[in-house]
Amino acid sequence: MSQPFLDVKELRVQFPTEDGIVNAVDGVSFSVQKNETLAIVGESGSGKSVTAQAVMGLINRKSATITGEVFLDGEELVSASKEQVRSLRGKRMAMIFQDPLSSLHPFYSIGRQLVEAIKVHQDISKAKALGISRDMLDRVGIPNPERRLKDYPHNLSGGMRQRVMIAMALLNDPELLIADEPTTALDVTVQAQIIELLRGLQKEFGTAIVLITHDLGVVADMADQVVVMYGGRVVENAGIEDIYYRPEMPYTWGLLGSVPRMDVGRHERLEPIPGQPPSLIRLPKGCVFRPRCPYHELVPGNRCDDERPDLVPTSASHAVRCHLEPAQRREIAAERLGSPAMEET
Amino acid sequence: MGAYIVRRVIAMVLMLIALSMITFLLFNVLPADPARLTCGKACTPAVIAANRHRLGLDDPLYVQYEKFVKGIFVGRTYGSGTATFDCHVPCLGYSFRQGEQVTDLIKAKFPITAQLAAGGFILWLVSGVSIGIIAALKRGKWEDRAIMGAALVGYSFPSFFIGLLLLYFVQIKWHLVSFAGYTSFFDSPSLWFQALILPWIAIAMVQAAFYARLTRNQMLETMGEDYIRTARAKGLKERTVIGRHGLRAGLTPIVTAAGLDLAYVLGGAIITEQVFNLDGLGKLAITSVIDSDLPTITATVLVAATFIIVSNLIVDLLYAIIDPRVRLA
Ligand SMILES: Nc1ncnc2c1ncn2[C@@H]1O[C@H](COP(=O)(O)OP(=O)(O)OP(=O)(O)O)[C@@H](O)[C@H]1O
Ligand code: SF4
Ligand SMILES: [Mg+2]
Repeated sequence: MSQPFLDVKELRVQFPTEDGIVNAVDGVSFSVQKNETLAIVGESGSGKSVTAQAVMGLINRKSATITGEVFLDGEELVSASKEQVRSLRGKRMAMIFQDPLSSLHPFYSIGRQLVEAIKVHQDISKAKALGISRDMLDRVGIPNPERRLKDYPHNLSGGMRQRVMIAMALLNDPELLIADEPTTALDVTVQAQIIELLRGLQKEFGTAIVLITHDLGVVADMADQVVVMYGGRVVENAGIEDIYYRPEMPYTWGLLGSVPRMDVGRHERLEPIPGQPPSLIRLPKGCVFRPRCPYHELVPGNRCDDERPDLVPTSASHAVRCHLEPAQRREIAAERLGSPAMEET
Repeated sequence: MGAYIVRRVIAMVLMLIALSMITFLLFNVLPADPARLTCGKACTPAVIAANRHRLGLDDPLYVQYEKFVKGIFVGRTYGSGTATFDCHVPCLGYSFRQGEQVTDLIKAKFPITAQLAAGGFILWLVSGVSIGIIAALKRGKWEDRAIMGAALVGYSFPSFFIGLLLLYFVQIKWHLVSFAGYTSFFDSPSLWFQALILPWIAIAMVQAAFYARLTRNQMLETMGEDYIRTARAKGLKERTVIGRHGLRAGLTPIVTAAGLDLAYVLGGAIITEQVFNLDGLGKLAITSVIDSDLPTITATVLVAATFIIVSNLIVDLLYAIIDPRVRLA
């Protein structure tokens, strides 16, 4: 396989706070190819947004310690200058944020905000930038784009604003698009339209997409590869088929709940798992998931308590962080999921 | 937008009417007898009665109010027969104490107050806002702490104290400014400046401290907004992010505060004018209170309150221009 377009290696983000150091992202690695979608799932506070923002260079380096490596088309960004990362932001990599209602500036017209995004990176006239903006609004399915350019964010519905955000992200033809829960604030029909839109755009431009979501239906619809995060770490990284039919990590099993199959999984929210997410300040010595894991007794010698499991590859595109034996994991998964529904793929 | 302005102007006019009624009533039910105050030592019951009649004080209150309002718009003639005097538009009453129409008194004093207010306003706004921005950008660092500490100190000193300190050291001890007192700019720009610089600083100090804190908190709040992150995600330079996206939203609430504070000082900086012996509206108000000069008291209160009501409207209109969301309201 060619070199991945985005390659994140051992990314670590620590926020010093009054209560201690918050290990928001703790050695996360993943990679995405062009034309491919990687989904990041995990419950609230697992570090998904911080990971995305660290990749984009949007975490203030003064308020956090960031280590590890982020390669964008071979260029390392964590050690790059601020100015270097800034010049890539909005151009080669772009991001769509969770809340479209508050992510647009309330005082400036849509047109002005879009034109601004173009003109940072392209030396063209305002008229030309307005033209590009209008075309992009049209492209993302906003009716009457000419008029919308003059509108202010408060004139638009939530779905329209999210489309504007998407249009804004795409203005400079980015090769990497990070979408942080792009549909959470929207109703189901609009969600489906937005996802359809992202898929269409990916097909057209070959964009690499990192999609952060709580929605397993969206994952099933769009993702090629899935990263499951827990307590700031990747606990499982697998192809879409493996995640739904051969998940190997107890936390993933919990997430998928009792209806893990792709066809039934549509628009299922992640199942809440009994217990509290771990404190990111005092991490347990052993497995982070240990306090909530019903299977730790199957691992001999208290290893779950004492020894931190590594993320171990089980195949070329599947890696798992768990002390259970691979055979054991497969057995439990098969039991929990019923017979693997291979025939449906 | 048009309908919004019309609605707001109507509301303002109603408020001014209510205000004039209240002020009028307030000062006409005071225990002091306005007619008694017209003649001082020379008073005899006959003179008082005559003056009461001349001033129309023997009319029922509503008639007096009507005449008062009419006086403002069309002028008014006091007395009858040969003993009359005209009070030209806008007639706010006649001050026997000063032997002058109140409007003329106010016209004479206002320019000094206006210069005092304008200079102080510019000084406090520019210094307060820029200090606040610096503190916000250096959040948590020593610069921030030093600025906020100083602001707290500045904020807790009453302005007359700062005024007296300045007066004592800068003028009396160090002789850095002249003793000439207020001089018109056109007569001597240098003396004009020397007379006003200390009062400006005295007015601005407390306000600058307040605006520094307000600005800092506004900026910090704004810089944490989602749309600021969007601006950064576009790849904008940090300068643009702060200048175009942060300041625009962060400084909007400051417009409100500044408009009202300016109006407040324009109505007369009572303490500062007293400390620095400046002959402005504030001093006029104090003198008229000491002299129980009712027409002048009524008029100064009315003028000060009008400034605030009008600036309220201006601030709201500005707001509608700055923040497009307001236009819907
Ligand atoms: N600036 C910060 N200072 C301290 N802690 C932070 C900071 N930003 C994020 N965190 C912490 O990092 C952890 C991960 O946050 P993050 O926003 O990445 O979660 P998430 O997985 O995106 O959750 P959600 O699904 O709710 O969006 C949280 O516990 C959060 O409190
Ligand atoms: S390592 Fe142990 S505690 Fe952690 S998930 Fe695996 S079995 Fe559960
Ligand atoms: Mg998040």
